[in-house]
Amino acid sequence: MIAHEPVDPTAALAALGSRAPATLRPAVLVAVGLADLYSATTSPLGEVLVAWNGRGVSWVGAADVTDFEAGFERSVGRPLARAATLPPRLAAAISRRLAGDRRVRLPLDLRGRTPFEVAVWQKALEIPRGEVRPYGWVAAEIGRPRAVRAVGSALAHNPLPLVVPCHRVVRSDGTIGQYSLGGPAAKRTILAAEGVDPDGLEALARSGVRYIGSDTTRIVCLPSCHNARRISPRHRIPFASLAASRTAGFRTCRECRPGSGAALVA
Amino acid sequence: MQPIRTGRCYRGVMDADAALAGRLAEDLDGTFEALVLAHQDRLYSIALRIVGAPADAEELAQDAFVRAHRAMAGYPAERIATLRLRPWLAAIVVNLARNRARRRTLPTGQQGAHEPADERADRPEARHDRAEATRGWARRLAALPPTYRAAVVLRHVDGLSYEEMSDALGRPEGTVKAQVHRGLRLLRAALEIEAAAERRHAEEMTA
Repeated sequence: MIAHEPVDPTAALAALGSRAPATLRPAVLVAVGLADLYSATTSPLGEVLVAWNGRGVSWVGAADVTDFEAGFERSVGRPLARAATLPPRLAAAISRRLAGDRRVRLPLDLRGRTPFEVAVWQKALEIPRGEVRPYGWVAAEIGRPRAVRAVGSALAHNPLPLVVPCHRVVRSDGTIGQYSLGGPAAKRTILAAEGVDPDGLEALARSGVRYIGSDTTRIVCLPSCHNARRISPRHRIPFASLAASRTAGFRTCRECRPGSGAALVA
Repeated sequence: MQPIRTGRCYRGVMDADAALAGRLAEDLDGTFEALVLAHQDRLYSIALRIVGAPADAEELAQDAFVRAHRAMAGYPAERIATLRLRPWLAAIVVNLARNRARRRTLPTGQQGAHEPADERADRPEARHDRAEATRGWARRLAALPPTYRAAVVLRHVDGLSYEEMSDALGRPEGTVKAQVHRGLRLLRAALEIEAAAERRHAEEMTA
């Protein structure tokens, strides 16, 4: 056998470069939040569409693909592509959040929104499943008690209906009010699915009742507060105003804080 | 030994990178896709030749871009504008690959088993030998100890200069050069061992 020539592998190594797979660039853009994917998932309102990127959930809308894409384009404007399914962890987090678990980690991508809007949506996220709060309550809680109309507008422009539970914010006169994802009827449907009795709440408001107190604890709550709901009929004291409850010697519930925005209702 | 890439073409790449860094400094999100387009093939190639499996390489390259974006989002504009993108991005891939190898603590040298399918596919005869040789070098490269593998990949697959490699790896130029040379020696030795084994095999068959 002849001895071989000294081998120089450098030319062969230079040929080891490859082209990146076509899937890499779109995956990177989604991961850094410069493009989004969307897919369908189930909700109390039936099938809804959810868009997301590496920063979190970015858009939720009704199941009509054309409307969904148009809404995303108008409001967000990033490239959007359909995916077969939601990533499993995201799907699990959304379903737990819709089931009322407020502690589940579910990142939201709210870039490009005003600090006021974000404050309103974060406040809505604090409202427990099965309860509602008036617009004026949200305004007072975020330190902008006079901005009730702006709160209504921010909630109407909620990019993440259901995930950010704007449906849990109702009119200060006690009626259920408008809803961006399918109108007032849809809002009643979700609230009912969450354990709220919309008709009962409205009837109570029509009869002039805004607060419910307990004559055993002498604490007064908003009517849908879980603390109010467990007061037995015998001990339930209705109030038309907080002033009346104060006169009767009641103090306000620390959880539903009925004093927030109360001046506007009175 | 300075390879082909030190010519005009390579300086062109450096100028394009400086311009890209300037644009990233001004508008990170608006320019980021251009960065991905300009560097995705090389980051993927570096990752592929370090970790071996295409799916792992794609994930690694994706992670590297995400890290790069996050890092730049936290940098002041002046710092982004002066980034040397080629070594900086290479460093991110190499570090991610190293951390990943540590996490997995898998024995190295197994990666040759995962060659990209397109390299294994049947090819016209004329290209067959070259493809076969490429596969051989990919396998030998995958069997190198990690430090030498990364050094050889950055120098000879990606074409970084020793100075850029020193920047990327955070080691003196002399050390980096020695690691590349040692890596090449090991590659040649691997080839010779294979050749010797083939000769022995051939002699046994004809004996």
